[in-house]
Amino acid sequence: MEHALEIERLFVSYLGNQVVKDITFSVKKGSLVGIIGPNGAGKSTLMKATLNLISKDKGDIKIFGEPLKKWKKNIAYVPQRSDIDWDFPITVIDVVLLGTYPKLGLFKRPTKSDREWAQECLKTVGMENFSGRQIGELSGGQQQRVFLARALAQKAELFFLDEPFVGIDVASEETIINILRDLKKEGKTILVVHHDLSKAESYFDHLLLLNQHMIHYGASEEVLQPEVITKAYANQFSFLQPKGVNVTS
Amino acid sequence: MKMNMIDFFEALFQYEFLQKALFTSVMVGVICGIVGCFIILRGMSLMGDAISHAVLPGVAISYMLGISFFFGAVITGVLTAIGIGYVSQNSRIKHDMAIGIMFTSMFAVGIVIITFMKSSADLYHILFGNVLAVRMSDMWITVGIGVLVIGLVTLFYKELLVSTFDPTMAESYGLPNKWIHYALMVVLTMVTVASLQTVGIVLVVAMLITPAATAYLLTNRLSVMIYFAALFGIIASVFGLYFSFIYNLASGATIVLVSAFMFAMAFFFSPSQGLVWKALKARRNRAELMR
Ligand SMILES: Nc1ncnc2c1ncn2[C@@H]1O[C@H](COP(=O)(O)OP(=O)(O)OP(=O)(O)O)[C@@H](O)[C@H]1O
Ligand SMILES: [Mg+2]
Repeated sequence: MEHALEIERLFVSYLGNQVVKDITFSVKKGSLVGIIGPNGAGKSTLMKATLNLISKDKGDIKIFGEPLKKWKKNIAYVPQRSDIDWDFPITVIDVVLLGTYPKLGLFKRPTKSDREWAQECLKTVGMENFSGRQIGELSGGQQQRVFLARALAQKAELFFLDEPFVGIDVASEETIINILRDLKKEGKTILVVHHDLSKAESYFDHLLLLNQHMIHYGASEEVLQPEVITKAYANQFSFLQPKGVNVTS
Repeated sequence: MKMNMIDFFEALFQYEFLQKALFTSVMVGVICGIVGCFIILRGMSLMGDAISHAVLPGVAISYMLGISFFFGAVITGVLTAIGIGYVSQNSRIKHDMAIGIMFTSMFAVGIVIITFMKSSADLYHILFGNVLAVRMSDMWITVGIGVLVIGLVTLFYKELLVSTFDPTMAESYGLPNKWIHYALMVVLTMVTVASLQTVGIVLVVAMLITPAATAYLLTNRLSVMIYFAALFGIIASVFGLYFSFIYNLASGATIVLVSAFMFAMAFFFSPSQGLVWKALKARRNRAELMR
């Protein structure tokens, strides 16, 4: 089957401090992949470098066998923290509508059907009643859902979601994971940075376990073996287990 | 007052210089309002101030050489923008420090150059504007810049919106944020040039920021904010020119004061953001809870 993403020997550093070291993996089209690892493992850095938002030291990145440049408009990215101005004069529906921009091309304005599509995406994340609100007038979890709706509106082929479930209530998490599963069924490829190991197996087909180096990449149940997980969470594992995190479930 | 109004209109029909002044001021009000929206939303108010001051040496040199100061101003303005970026990216000097250093230096260079020129009246006019002396060529430059600004903002509205609101998204789908920034810097210097005659270098930044900030308090939509800012720019220009003419005051100052007055009104009485309504609402809520 076709590879949606291939990363070969990727190295990334900040100010000479290497935080992503020698990562190689590839993702098949139509899979839902979780990226796990402790804080500071380089998960967000890996995503940003893949999207060329920060420069890499070395490494080769291919999207559907081609350079990233060709696929930029077909990638939706939801960062861990948006560095946006929450007082910006923009309403919720217009934020979602931004998702339609990449494919509109220069000089074209969104049409009525684009607006309807944006409203539909907003409905998918259960935020349709907030469409006229200014974006800063929402709670943190609601804002996160709006940005997810925007990613959906992009009709992308590849999705990069950096901790989309943080600060989101259980019901909405359930809704969103179902949306991701639907996307997967449509043949979209989704990468998700995730922290909750207990849900990892039920959510993802494949897991990428990182701690600066790549520890393991493979089927979820294979990565969630104690002897594998310990390698990444070396000092934290003895602490995780008594807390009821069952990594083999 | 009524007499004055009639006088003003009579003069307006009678004197071509006044017509040119009014036309140019209105044009400047519109373009400053439009560009100002992007300047304030990108957190570049200080940059606007810097660029507008930094065009002084370019203007002075053009003046000496007897050429249109359009080119001189654009060159020094853009050089300053690049210089600020260079200094802050290549040292521990922060962006605002770099701005402070670069623009005052450029401004000082400009003043030194101007002192070599014969008349100090020129300096006064460049610094504070002299709208009643607008020449035909100045007017056309302003019209040209106006058409360019309105055209660019209309054509690239989508791209400007995304790169201003969410630069990360813009970059990830391939918009050239850096070039958009520099294009905006070039536009900013052009707007400064256009405003030289009406408000002068020192007060250009007020025309960029105040009408846009007033609009910012009144709406939650960028497109509406742009129209409002342009409208406030026009109102400030018309009434500013009127007061300037009637009371024989410096046009730059009166225009800026009118826009400051509008800002104050919005600050206290804006339906959603106004301090007065907010206080009233809070009081009502408290009173309700007391019962
Ligand atoms: N802008 C930056 N400048 C310098 N160092 C950085 C920067 N961003 C991240 N780092 C460092 O790079 C390392 C990896 O950071 P990254 O954000 O990729 O971690 P992460 O795996 O996403 O962690 P988390 O689970 O907390 O989100 C960390 O050690 C961090 O200190
Ligand atoms: Mg992270």
